[in-house]
Amino acid sequence: MTDFFQFLIAGCTVGSIYALVAIGFSIIFNATRIVNFAQGEFLMIGGMSAVFLSATGMPLWLSAGLAIAITACAGIALEAFAVRFARGSSDLMLIVLTIGAAIALRGLAQTVWDRNYHSLPAFSGSEPIRAFDLSISPQSLWVMGVSVLVVIALHAFFTLTLTGKSMRAVAADRDAALLMGINVNRVMVIAFAMAGALGAIGGVLIAPISLMHFEAGIMLGLKGFAAAILGGLGSFPGAIAGGLILGFGETLSAGYITSSYKDALAFLVIIVVLLVMPNGILGKSSVGRV
Amino acid sequence: MPFVPARNLGFLFFLAALLALLPFTIPNSFVFGVVILALLNAAVAVGLNLFVGSAGQISLGHAGFFGIGAYSAAILPANYGLPGFSALVVGAAATGVLSYVIARPILRLSGHYLAMATLGVGVIVFLVINQEIPTTGGPDGKVVLPLEVFGVTLFGDMTWYGVAAVFLFLVTVIALNLLENGYGRILRALHASEHGARSVGIDVAGAKAAIFVLSAIIASLAGSFYAFYVGFITPSEAGFMKSVELIIMIVAGGLGSVGGAILGAFLITLLPQFLTGFHDYEQLVFGLLLMLIVIMLRKGIVPSLADFVRRRAT
Repeated sequence: MTDFFQFLIAGCTVGSIYALVAIGFSIIFNATRIVNFAQGEFLMIGGMSAVFLSATGMPLWLSAGLAIAITACAGIALEAFAVRFARGSSDLMLIVLTIGAAIALRGLAQTVWDRNYHSLPAFSGSEPIRAFDLSISPQSLWVMGVSVLVVIALHAFFTLTLTGKSMRAVAADRDAALLMGINVNRVMVIAFAMAGALGAIGGVLIAPISLMHFEAGIMLGLKGFAAAILGGLGSFPGAIAGGLILGFGETLSAGYITSSYKDALAFLVIIVVLLVMPNGILGKSSVGRV
Repeated sequence: MPFVPARNLGFLFFLAALLALLPFTIPNSFVFGVVILALLNAAVAVGLNLFVGSAGQISLGHAGFFGIGAYSAAILPANYGLPGFSALVVGAAATGVLSYVIARPILRLSGHYLAMATLGVGVIVFLVINQEIPTTGGPDGKVVLPLEVFGVTLFGDMTWYGVAAVFLFLVTVIALNLLENGYGRILRALHASEHGARSVGIDVAGAKAAIFVLSAIIASLAGSFYAFYVGFITPSEAGFMKSVELIIMIVAGGLGSVGGAILGAFLITLLPQFLTGFHDYEQLVFGLLLMLIVIMLRKGIVPSLADFVRRRAT
């Protein structure tokens, strides 16, 4: 049983990261109907920025804050210089556009920084905390704690502020929101900035656990996309559920079945879930128009 | 199946002439290698374009089928003593069976959910190749024995150029033929509206499955040829980025356009060779160019040019 709870903690840690990436996917999808395949690169940029800023001797909290700001700017740039001009293109064109952005961002990262692997020091030491026969690394607590705070803050933003409400209105019906006087362009910019910031938070949190590299965003992005689809694209509770299920599934299958096939099993499970629930677990079923 | 109507003969003659003359302009073995890869990629792209461009579906996993073909060519002769040509056929058959089995359930999905499911299939193939190290060689790759047909070992740039060019030409003929007869109209109908297509009696699921299987088998054959030609393959041939490259080829060239898929495949395969001059900036420039193509030429190069010419003409 101890093993089981140990796997749960590990699953919850990676699941939290996947959930953050999946929420990033959902925020942009809701505002623009675009699946942003550069979301994983936001994590990479956040993580790499934090690594290189803290290497200059800057305190961790400041480099993390700057990393988040830098990545939010990258998100805004992506919207302002690319997405805005491709409006109305087909889904497939937009997928290719964001994949192009991801490739460009990876190229930029390896020229601005380098092609090596980097790591951040753990936020509060790496001495594991022991409780009930379990050992928990402090960084895991940071990941889970910050993720919970982010989700609470996002919930408050989307329910209490006017900007948040206008973003939900755009998600529900873009044309109706436009007619109600909501500035849809502004909502799109904010969505990209938020997705960038969220990605950077995930990147900074995971940098002490897994190594940062200019290509580290590819797999994280795919897992986040998988989590968002699993939960139902555009649904925030779905993104959280999808991320956690993916995380638990990975660590449990790695622990009990085989560690070499944990990723393959994760994708297999997602395919099977989609066959039963074609719109994800919490996604809205869409009505086709003839 | 009726033969290609006369209005495509001009294009086919042009393609045949181009393919026949091209090798005489190739200066060295390195360029031959890139061009042969471009020809095989073009064949895969033409097949994938039927599924994505004409039928309006999405696949982010076709490199998985390319990988199955490539690894069949590598594994079956080396580990089980099968003749190379049988390995090619077995790989194609296995791909056909696999794609047929997954087609019906997966193709009920649409849009981004279909993208996820096909991506998952491709990633699983990639991971299996990576993990089964005793059979596949894992991440280090695997040596492929040369292909022997009727006692003759296929060897050399010119021979393989011929194989790849003939393969591309045949795939092009098949694709044009399909698009010009009733089946092409079925594909376009379900692209426009699946419900509409179903309401006029089209077997939507069957049509989608058939075109998926065809494009998968073409990818598998191209993978086998590629493996036999280069003689050494790594799992990246089946990876996510290879699937993405295939999609980029048909999007850049022009969705639904056979000539566009061929042009896109050449462009995307050759482009990195021209960009090596940028050294560290290669990936950055490639990504930016890709974004520029999507923004400037929304329908892809060939259809956008065709529109431009038509507007100038009138």
